[in-house]
Amino acid sequence: MVEMTYGGAIRQALFTAMAADDDVYVFGEDVAKFGGVFGITKGLYEKFGPKRVKNTPLSEGAIIGEAIGAALYGLKPVAEIQFSDFITTAMSPLVDVAANYHYRNNASLPLVIRMPSGGGMRIGNFHSKCLEAWFYHVPGLKIVVPSTPRDAKGMLLAAINDPDPVLFLEQKRLYYTVKEEVEEEYFEVPLGFARTVRAGSDLTLVTYGAMVGLAVEASQEASKQGISVEVIDLRTLTPLDEATLKTSLAKTHRAILLHEAVKRGGVGGDIASLLIENCFEDLAAPLLRVGAEFCPVPAAPTLEDAYLPSVEKVLMAIDRAMKY
Amino acid sequence: MELTPDLLKTLYRYLVTTRTLENRVATICQSQNANDPLIVGKGYLSTGQEAISVGASVALRQGDWLAVGHRDMGAHLVRGITPQEIFAQYFCRATSLTQGRDENIHFGCTEKKILGFISHMGASACVANGLAAAMKYRGDPNFVLTTFGDGASSQGIVHESLNYAAVFKLPVVFIINNNRYAISTPVQEQFTVKNLSDRAAGYGIPGMLVDGNDVVAVYQNTLKAREHVLAGKGPVLMECKTMRMCGHGTHDSAGYVPRDEIAAWEKRDPLLLMKERLVKEIDFTEEADKKLNLEVNELIEAAWQAAAKGPAPRAEDLLTGVYTEVNDGRNDLRRGDTPSPLYRHGR
Repeated sequence: MVEMTYGGAIRQALFTAMAADDDVYVFGEDVAKFGGVFGITKGLYEKFGPKRVKNTPLSEGAIIGEAIGAALYGLKPVAEIQFSDFITTAMSPLVDVAANYHYRNNASLPLVIRMPSGGGMRIGNFHSKCLEAWFYHVPGLKIVVPSTPRDAKGMLLAAINDPDPVLFLEQKRLYYTVKEEVEEEYFEVPLGFARTVRAGSDLTLVTYGAMVGLAVEASQEASKQGISVEVIDLRTLTPLDEATLKTSLAKTHRAILLHEAVKRGGVGGDIASLLIENCFEDLAAPLLRVGAEFCPVPAAPTLEDAYLPSVEKVLMAIDRAMKY
Repeated sequence: MELTPDLLKTLYRYLVTTRTLENRVATICQSQNANDPLIVGKGYLSTGQEAISVGASVALRQGDWLAVGHRDMGAHLVRGITPQEIFAQYFCRATSLTQGRDENIHFGCTEKKILGFISHMGASACVANGLAAAMKYRGDPNFVLTTFGDGASSQGIVHESLNYAAVFKLPVVFIINNNRYAISTPVQEQFTVKNLSDRAAGYGIPGMLVDGNDVVAVYQNTLKAREHVLAGKGPVLMECKTMRMCGHGTHDSAGYVPRDEIAAWEKRDPLLLMKERLVKEIDFTEEADKKLNLEVNELIEAAWQAAAKGPAPRAEDLLTGVYTEVNDGRNDLRRGDTPSPLYRHGR
């Protein structure tokens, strides 16, 4: 075990995957000698050379196109989209080609698209958005949102080894702010399993990605008022571990869906519907959502703080749910 | 490659097969019962422009990949997709290449190295790059042929892909099938350059301008382009000028096309031109042509009748294959819970 940051664990996963399999290669904007704008691919070029670590022009559509073609040919491409916000210019190859390719053409596309996602870093609307709901709506894509260094490494390795297109949404605010002990060797954290971060009996707080830390903080605050909150980290949105949610709700009878993405039209709303449809008898309180406000991501700290979910907003939701 | 009589006859045979097959698609579309149609959706034909698809794809070798456009029925036949498979696709049968999950020309075939076609067209160009990048990565001596129309040539992803291929010197031959109309919009309303091949200069790659109605010219120029890209010199942009001698689809009577434009191009029908050449240059007669047409017609009739007997896809298979099914135990749900409908991965 070695202490790794979230970003360091991702870098370690890339080293491990590339050393283990010659078919794995990395490409994207500024990923070679420069090491990527967040330094995640630093050192890969020196170790694996220009064939396997490749800078590309500023052409997100062409990057996704390369990933699809290379995967179809039998390689295991790992593409980096510099900021998940930039995926908008590549929606056609991703959604029109990659997502439905297996269903229509019976051929697997083992590709991974790494995308730094999320805000809180004061870098404005074009570098901060959480867009996972768009892809959650698309059959054929898998969506991974790790919240810890160990999950980041193990799930990236699982994603690279997965036969289908995987969007790997790295939480950029966690890159160098969280660390933990992680195995040095190859290991996979299988996709499709939520993790119970903190057990509780009064209310289930369902979340993922960078909001897991906030959820834990809120649950600690709540415990001071005698409210026992169970925190579940979904880890992957597709596939979705419905079983863990149902089991938890059967115990707590209350749930809050928390994500950093805009609340309106978000993943939380869909999961709430799913729980209403399947676990209505278990519910003692309305399912509540906490998400970002319905506006573009603002840059000024006062505005971005007001925009993002906060411990206070989560505690207010907990209070409301506990009134029932 | 030498233009042997056999090769010339092969080219002509593919032209005739493509025309005959698509004429049959058109007559089925016109005559079928609207309440219980045999063909699901519409027919998208390459009438008048078969020479591009046939000529270019005959220049491919086994390991080469093809990323096709709308007007590429000829290429499918050349690659070995059978007429029966094509009709099964048009009829949306479970026996079709897409298992009835898509219709008409929206298909591909991994085994025969044909990329699945999508209606957004331009995106095929960027995927062609990926296939070519992988060939280069593996050191395979092959290339990718991708075709799209004058319409798709205006899409951003096409420009992006051309530049990208040029930067990485990818072995891709980009063919623009310029059939003068994007559905109803004529070329003069689509772009201002005289020739789309002139755009090659902007990417720093060679541009080629080819008579798209001359199957031999398309074949020979594709061979030249193939040689260029396989020498590691980067991609080639080849414009083949032709005319769409039908509507965009079988539902479109193309009333927006001036009659004299059609009349002028009728004289340059690719089948007619090739037949004249065969009669003039090799041992081929009107008699032989009649015989060939009869033979092909029989083959096509048998093919669609056999395809029509295929079963419709079963509703219970709706959700299979959205994801790859793997049963290696790696991703099994840990407590043996029932997988969610989204979770098609475990047992």
